[in-house]
Amino acid sequence: MAEVKELIKPEIKEDVSTLPPCGIDGAVSGSVAVLEALIAEDVETIFGYPGGAIMPIYDALYDYDAKLNHILVRHEQGGIHAAQGFARASGRTGVVFATSGPGATNLVTGLADAMIDSTPLVCITGQVFAHLLGTDAFQETDVINITTPVTKWNYQVTDANEISSVLAKAFYIAGSGRPGPVLIDITKNAQLQLFDYKGYTKCTHIRSYRPKPIVRKEYVEEAAKLINEAKKPFVIFGQGIILGKAEKEFAAFIEKGNLPAAWTIMGMSAIPTHHPLGVGMLGMHGNYGPNVLTNDCDVLIAVGMRFDDRVTGRLDKYAKQAKVIHLDIDPSEIDKNVKATVPVWGDCKETLPMLTALLNKKDNSEWLQKFADHAKEEAATCITPELNPTSDELTMGEVIKTLNELTGGNAIIVTDVGQHQMVACRYAKYNNSKSNVTSGGLGTMGFALPAAIGAKFGAPDKTVVAIIGDGGIQMTIQELGTIMQTGVDVKIMILNNQFLGMVRQWQELFMEKRYSFTNIQSPDFVKVAEAYGIAGKKISGRPGLKDAVKTMVDHKGSYLLEVMVGKENNVFPMVPQGCSVSEIRLK
Amino acid sequence: MSEDKIKATVHSLSSLERAGLRPEYTITVYTENQVGLLNRIAIIFSRRKINVDSLNTSPTEVESVHRFTIVINETEEVVRKLCRQIEKQVDVLKAFYNTEDEIVWQEMALYKVPTDEIAEKVKVERLLREYGARAVVIRKDYTVFETTGHREETDGLIKALEPYGMIEFVRSARIAIIKDSSGFHEKLKTYESSAPGDELVENGFLNQQEEVFTM
Repeated sequence: MAEVKELIKPEIKEDVSTLPPCGIDGAVSGSVAVLEALIAEDVETIFGYPGGAIMPIYDALYDYDAKLNHILVRHEQGGIHAAQGFARASGRTGVVFATSGPGATNLVTGLADAMIDSTPLVCITGQVFAHLLGTDAFQETDVINITTPVTKWNYQVTDANEISSVLAKAFYIAGSGRPGPVLIDITKNAQLQLFDYKGYTKCTHIRSYRPKPIVRKEYVEEAAKLINEAKKPFVIFGQGIILGKAEKEFAAFIEKGNLPAAWTIMGMSAIPTHHPLGVGMLGMHGNYGPNVLTNDCDVLIAVGMRFDDRVTGRLDKYAKQAKVIHLDIDPSEIDKNVKATVPVWGDCKETLPMLTALLNKKDNSEWLQKFADHAKEEAATCITPELNPTSDELTMGEVIKTLNELTGGNAIIVTDVGQHQMVACRYAKYNNSKSNVTSGGLGTMGFALPAAIGAKFGAPDKTVVAIIGDGGIQMTIQELGTIMQTGVDVKIMILNNQFLGMVRQWQELFMEKRYSFTNIQSPDFVKVAEAYGIAGKKISGRPGLKDAVKTMVDHKGSYLLEVMVGKENNVFPMVPQGCSVSEIRLK
Repeated sequence: MSEDKIKATVHSLSSLERAGLRPEYTITVYTENQVGLLNRIAIIFSRRKINVDSLNTSPTEVESVHRFTIVINETEEVVRKLCRQIEKQVDVLKAFYNTEDEIVWQEMALYKVPTDEIAEKVKVERLLREYGARAVVIRKDYTVFETTGHREETDGLIKALEPYGMIEFVRSARIAIIKDSSGFHEKLKTYESSAPGDELVENGFLNQQEEVFTM
């Protein structure tokens, strides 16, 4: 032991300026160790909310003001959604602070959202003193057990000596393999405890954890053979491309084989929306061609996606004619919903180039023409009426079209959940990866406003536009306060149809127009924004639309634009629940 | 086990499943010794509304590695998916599932019966011999028997003792040894090195998929 100490000491003495603030006898507190860990992991931005059990960490943060940028949110759910937005826009791990009890339980929705959408997060929650655990102490709640189903990993720290190694593990687990949220619960005594700080070492290996499975060459070869023999190959891809940072590898793959490729809502923006081989979005409100031709292709190549039920529709009628190649980093996804003929288990950044190398150059023009034909049909019945309507009322689609014209597809679009989300994802243009931030798996209303705030911190050079319905904005509207206090520049576009539109659409189509509690009243959103010092405008007619959107985009600082759209417009095409993807309805 | 036998088992299993019956599987999970892991594993079953027949945690031949033995009645497809979900947990090293004939297994049971009844009416010695049981405690008021074996054996003794007013009965979870397993020492070595060797690539499921390629 003595030898080890001597080895460490001279190293520390060399650069005193980087030493953390010391307590008595050179010891540091657990709280300081937490902040040092964040700095070692290159964290710059934290989203959080203080409270009793996390006060020691906040007290230490007072001295770290220059190194760590803490964003005070208005609700812990806003904090975690902001961290999600940050992670999705930046490709880095989002960090959240919250206190014990209600602070921690308010994180649960965001954890579930991050878990199902594979978003890397490290959440640090305060906890009551270790000796009070299990005594129903003030603001005590069993956070570890509450969050177990919605975290990739969680751990309770009761001794400061564990803090550095546990946080190193937390960051490693959150960001590696299939990413996900990690929660570390730290008791107050551990935060206060002075201990002999030994520095921070990043974690690179955990024996029970295999983030990247080893690629089996024979399966890649088998997959390549199937693709080369295919007459009607069809690629469907998800967020795995973005999480694996394999956008270039993926583009090279589809370009070499001339493979038509459709994205899931989470995979959107991995290739530019104008890519000639990009044939559109899959799923319930996806494009016509990709859905119909799923049941026509002979080889279906799924990359980094998990066959969600909103993508597959009725499973027993899903791509039954096709051989399925499934590339995924998570072994539990293989065969989970759709049986794979050839599973290619591994990181797509490694597997895609291996596969591309074995592909024959092919033309596939006849097959690609089928997608073009379907697109034409969809344009005539769905797209043109939505983007160039003849009605007096504005449609959501034309608002998105106007936004496209003004941002040129370079903005980060953050959407909430519902009709506006589907319309935005159907019509928004994206030039760059990580430009579409939405709550895909969990479908969390209230996600967009805080996530947009986080996205702007994650990508400060980008224009960030939050597209939100009149229902969703009211779920986390308090985060306008975060915008006010931080001065962050977020454009908020409320598409107001005076209804909880998606539920209303289902009620119209499947429940005989029994509009049960979907008629929602809203406050004057522009006035609300004004109260928070945010500029805004409300419009309802076509003539002023372009000017209003331009004013919003050009405005220096945050801006809220409320657009009144048709009350009872529906999103089409649609795969009704319980139907096969090829039974998609155009109207 | 010979290849024919394996095929026969597979056949009988799938016909069982075809008849809508859920065969019994024993899941063996090697894990780190971590607080909260029991819950993490248990909720994988409860989330899918799957009942766990029995669950045992125990140390293994390797220090610091723990072992869960879980018995459930489900189709093979479900069990395979469950094992994948279990193995996905950060603190889990490896999960295996086996049918009854691939393992050596035992359960233990304790039976408390009134001593006077038993002494008067039963030929205790014969009973103990017949069921491989032994008396753990003999007091004036009650006697506790213990037996270890398969379910039919422990169940058999219940039936035999019931007429004499059984006061209490308890059966332990199953513990099982996989016949083909060569222990966890070697595997753990590959898990511990940061650059895993070929041993680690071992993936039973992918190997079994060979036949799918002939489609």
